Amino acid sequence: MAETLNQKQNFLKGILKENPVFVMLLGMCPTLGVTSSAFNGLGMGMATLFVLLMSNIVVSLIKAQVPAKVRIPAFIVIIASFVTVVEMVLEAYIPFLYEQLGIFIPLIVVNCLILGRAEAFASKNNLVSSIVDALGMGAGFVLALTALGATREILGNGSIFEFKFVPEDASTLILFILPPGAFIALAYLAIFFNRLTRNMA
Amino acid sequence: MKKKESTLVNMVVVLFAITLAAGLTLGFVNDLTLAPKARARLAKKLSALQHVLPPFDNDPVSGIIRIGTPTAKDSIELYPAFQEGSFAGAAVTGVSEKGYSGLIKIMVGFQPDGRINNIEVLEQKETPGLGTKMKGEAFLRQFRGKNPETFDMRAKKDGGAVDALAGATITTRAFAEAAQQAYDAFTEHKDTLAKPHN
Amino acid sequence: MEFLIILISAVFVNNIVLSQFLGICPFLGVSSKVSTSVGMSGAVLFVMTIATTVTYLLHQYLLVPMGLDYLRTITFILVIAALVQMVEIVMKKVSPPLYQALGVFLPLITTNCAVLGVAILALGLEDGSLIKAVFFAISSSAGFALALIVFASIREYLELADLPEGMKGVPINLLVAGLLSLAFLGFAGLV
Repeated sequence: MAETLNQKQNFLKGILKENPVFVMLLGMCPTLGVTSSAFNGLGMGMATLFVLLMSNIVVSLIKAQVPAKVRIPAFIVIIASFVTVVEMVLEAYIPFLYEQLGIFIPLIVVNCLILGRAEAFASKNNLVSSIVDALGMGAGFVLALTALGATREILGNGSIFEFKFVPEDASTLILFILPPGAFIALAYLAIFFNRLTRNMA
Repeated sequence: MKKKESTLVNMVVVLFAITLAAGLTLGFVNDLTLAPKARARLAKKLSALQHVLPPFDNDPVSGIIRIGTPTAKDSIELYPAFQEGSFAGAAVTGVSEKGYSGLIKIMVGFQPDGRINNIEVLEQKETPGLGTKMKGEAFLRQFRGKNPETFDMRAKKDGGAVDALAGATITTRAFAEAAQQAYDAFTEHKDTLAKPHN
Repeated sequence: MEFLIILISAVFVNNIVLSQFLGICPFLGVSSKVSTSVGMSGAVLFVMTIATTVTYLLHQYLLVPMGLDYLRTITFILVIAALVQMVEIVMKKVSPPLYQALGVFLPLITTNCAVLGVAILALGLEDGSLIKAVFFAISSSAGFALALIVFASIREYLELADLPEGMKGVPINLLVAGLLSLAFLGFAGLV
């Protein structure tokens, strides 16, 4: 493996070419489930970024000590620990976000993105590359969730980050903050994203 | 990159070590966050109380009365408020299971004469954009300063005096039920609440 | 009556896939053919029921009495991972035909958030007993099966449709899922 992996490309691939949400379709449950507002999307994205970063670091550090056969259970325990830490910290310091995200906080454990990166990248690469990979993938995830949350909030609630730009009793496209709106908004964002990256390449 | 050989011994040792480290870390973080978590819960309750009650200088949480109710699984909670030793009102929780998506829990602040001071929605799962408008100023404004003794809290189409939320009649009905429950509990226990408890 | 409400609520009103967004990965991933979606549904029904039973008992009689509630996530995911392995081994020995049908789906289930999600949600049921929790798991997997199989049936037809280039693949699938979810929204307020 080329040890001089270009770190800039390594970082950018998570945002563009291998964007976890728009291209790889990983971690769809939180993507659709919590993005009824931009703030929730951002919060979920940051929580996932933290767990991804920490688990990539730990996995990359201990990879030589873990026997191949118990690799997956070992990774799951590591990921679950960091998820629990996030859960406790959010409940203590950002209770508002903790309530909004609800069951999707413990479910970060089964976000295929995190286990996928631990298994496919961090267990094969050195510490620095793993950190850059986690930051890139995490940033791609944060951007996607915030974009989806913002789109749904703007269309469905007439506001962005809780800042309302239409009168209180104006009718908005409520559909977009209801469950079907999540699928539909993501479908159009995916088309848009594919178009954007195709033109860049 | 070489993969480490998997033998029974090293598999058990490694998994045990990782689990042990994870358990210790979590126990440690749990101890650290225990107090802030309790504080966050209390702060939420206090901010709701401050929001619905007239000015007070006692600790309403320490004077709490809990009563069971046949219509809801949670008990109703009544928080008495005092200002300079005299009864300033009480905050009472009310619940209804009849919301569009189930439970609605509100806190109603009453003045001593039974007039509604303010209402805060504590828990709800209503449809975003329709039922959730019950948290909005336009809806809650209708209740402030009204005495449920003379003010019928039901929606106009049910013979009451409240403008129902557009597209969310069921939410409005559930809200009225919860508010009525709070008022009934308040009138029934008003005398106990008004007694200075310290 | 209460059980009927749980059933209708879990299958139609709060369908775990279309309104709770649990188990989206297999929903989008293994829904290209009706036959595979039936297999996946069977595997989920099996694992979800057993997993919820075990995690419920562990939570109620081990974690809560010992004040270790905060280890919930880590315990549950390990139990589920171990269970999936065990089910796979036992099934291979006891019923090879069943293993043939469901075997390939089992490893995928460990990271199916519907299983962990339902195990956690089952703890939050009001005055929940073990029977209610298990019944909730069965109802939820029925809801999962319904959503998955209906979706797969639609996707089989989509193969034949003439679509604009940009719509092909992921976007059209998401749109169909959106319409399906919209249809299920009609059940809201039923219970």
